[in-house]
Amino acid sequence: MEDIEHIPKELQLIDKKGIRLDGRRFNELRPIKIEAGVLKKADGSAYLEWGNNKVLAAVYGPREAHPRHLQDPAKALVQCRYNMAPFSVTERKRPGPDRRSVEISKVISEAFASVVFVEQFPRTSVDIYIEVLQADAGTRCAGLTAASVALADAGIPMRDLVSSCASGKIGGVVALDLNKDEDNFGEADCPMAIVPRTGEIVLLQMDGHLTAHEFDQAMELSINAAKQIYELQRDALRRRYAAVAEAAEQEALREPPPQEAPRETPPDMPEDLPPEVDDL
Amino acid sequence: MDGSAPDRREVVIPGDLLNGHGLKPGSGTFNEGGRIYAARIGTVAERDGFVDVIPLSGRYIPRSRDVIIGKITDLGPSHWLVDINSPYPAPLNAKETPWMVEFGDTDRYLHVGDVVIGEIVSVDEAMRVQLSIADRQFGRLTGGQILDISPAKVPRLIGRNGNMVALIREFTNVRMFVGQNGRIWIDGDAEGVYHAAHVIKVIDDSGPAPGLTDQVRAYLEAAYGRRATTPAERDDDGRH
Repeated sequence: MEDIEHIPKELQLIDKKGIRLDGRRFNELRPIKIEAGVLKKADGSAYLEWGNNKVLAAVYGPREAHPRHLQDPAKALVQCRYNMAPFSVTERKRPGPDRRSVEISKVISEAFASVVFVEQFPRTSVDIYIEVLQADAGTRCAGLTAASVALADAGIPMRDLVSSCASGKIGGVVALDLNKDEDNFGEADCPMAIVPRTGEIVLLQMDGHLTAHEFDQAMELSINAAKQIYELQRDALRRRYAAVAEAAEQEALREPPPQEAPRETPPDMPEDLPPEVDDL
Repeated sequence: MDGSAPDRREVVIPGDLLNGHGLKPGSGTFNEGGRIYAARIGTVAERDGFVDVIPLSGRYIPRSRDVIIGKITDLGPSHWLVDINSPYPAPLNAKETPWMVEFGDTDRYLHVGDVVIGEIVSVDEAMRVQLSIADRQFGRLTGGQILDISPAKVPRLIGRNGNMVALIREFTNVRMFVGQNGRIWIDGDAEGVYHAAHVIKVIDDSGPAPGLTDQVRAYLEAAYGRRATTPAERDDDGRH
């Protein structure tokens, strides 16, 4: 933290005590909140808040891949759409895919294709939808983290959850999990995603410049953070399936709903199986 | 994570290490470096020397010998296309029916929108499905209504040795058939269908906790104001 003097005073991203603009230290994450199973119509879903990022992820599948010519007779496709809402940033974003979101969709789908057991579901596709509702830097990591929980919630067989975090360089210091100001005025940002159980890296990008030494520092920060995030993801999934158990219990223990006077039931109902076959 | 806690079914998450001591990896699991891990969200079960993860969510994936409820979505000159609530379309060949169907005469027997009970004859590695309704107990369904539940909940709805469906039938007097693909056909008087549908919804929303049969029994006894003929068990799968 000795080489921060060259930064103008009004743009001191990290001060002499090592405190950042939002009060964090170089190795601290923003607060993260994850909830699994928030959407009823999707096979799996998750909502995530990561600092000022708000992300919704939904997973459908495995389902028939369309268009047909995309189907792979040997394995499932993992398709991802990362999309930012027009209101997710300060200046209204033109809706629809752009170069940036197409790239992010591609790297995220490739990250997941390496953990999902795609060979179990030939000719199908697993579709992941990531909607960024509010963006404050690090949305691809946030989206990937949420999508990972949504995939598990959808019951898709996979080797492990994927956890993701970014590190960068601000005011000459390597720091974890940059926010919007740090991303805009800092020197580098390096998002990555790992399979925590094995330590495999499934996504790695960099914007800006880091020396080899700084890169190693950044990776170490990110990997440690990703392991913390992994625990939050697992916790969200456990909560979801414990909550399901509780809700069902209350539902069943509730008094039966009021009924009109019971109608006469025929004294002997016919044998219920086999069901009637309409002979033609 | 030792799987020995008897009264609590342990929920595992993809990547969880399973206690596969001398066991082989079963469905919903995978082997990596000689250890067995969970591949999906579910509860752990050991059976015949295998560790399985019984799924808590997910789509229906056809397996041969499954009895399913399908909807006709298209007809060809010698086959029908059946929606079996899975990622894979299931053709029903005219030969796999109890009828002598002339070439081009498929529309005399089944139409788009008809519902059939059938059996999955075979599923190959490319997940090509073959259906049959030729057997006596299969065929077209008329009357009643179809309910959809999560295919992962079908074993719970059936219960051990079918005790859950037996319980529902005993009280509500509905005719009921549960397809492995998460489609249920029920038919009966309005009150019976009402209560059966309610119970099915409760089961669909239920989690991995044991004691579901007792909850359903309590509901049905309250709704009908009489006791079940079968004695209450401690647990719906015989463990306690």
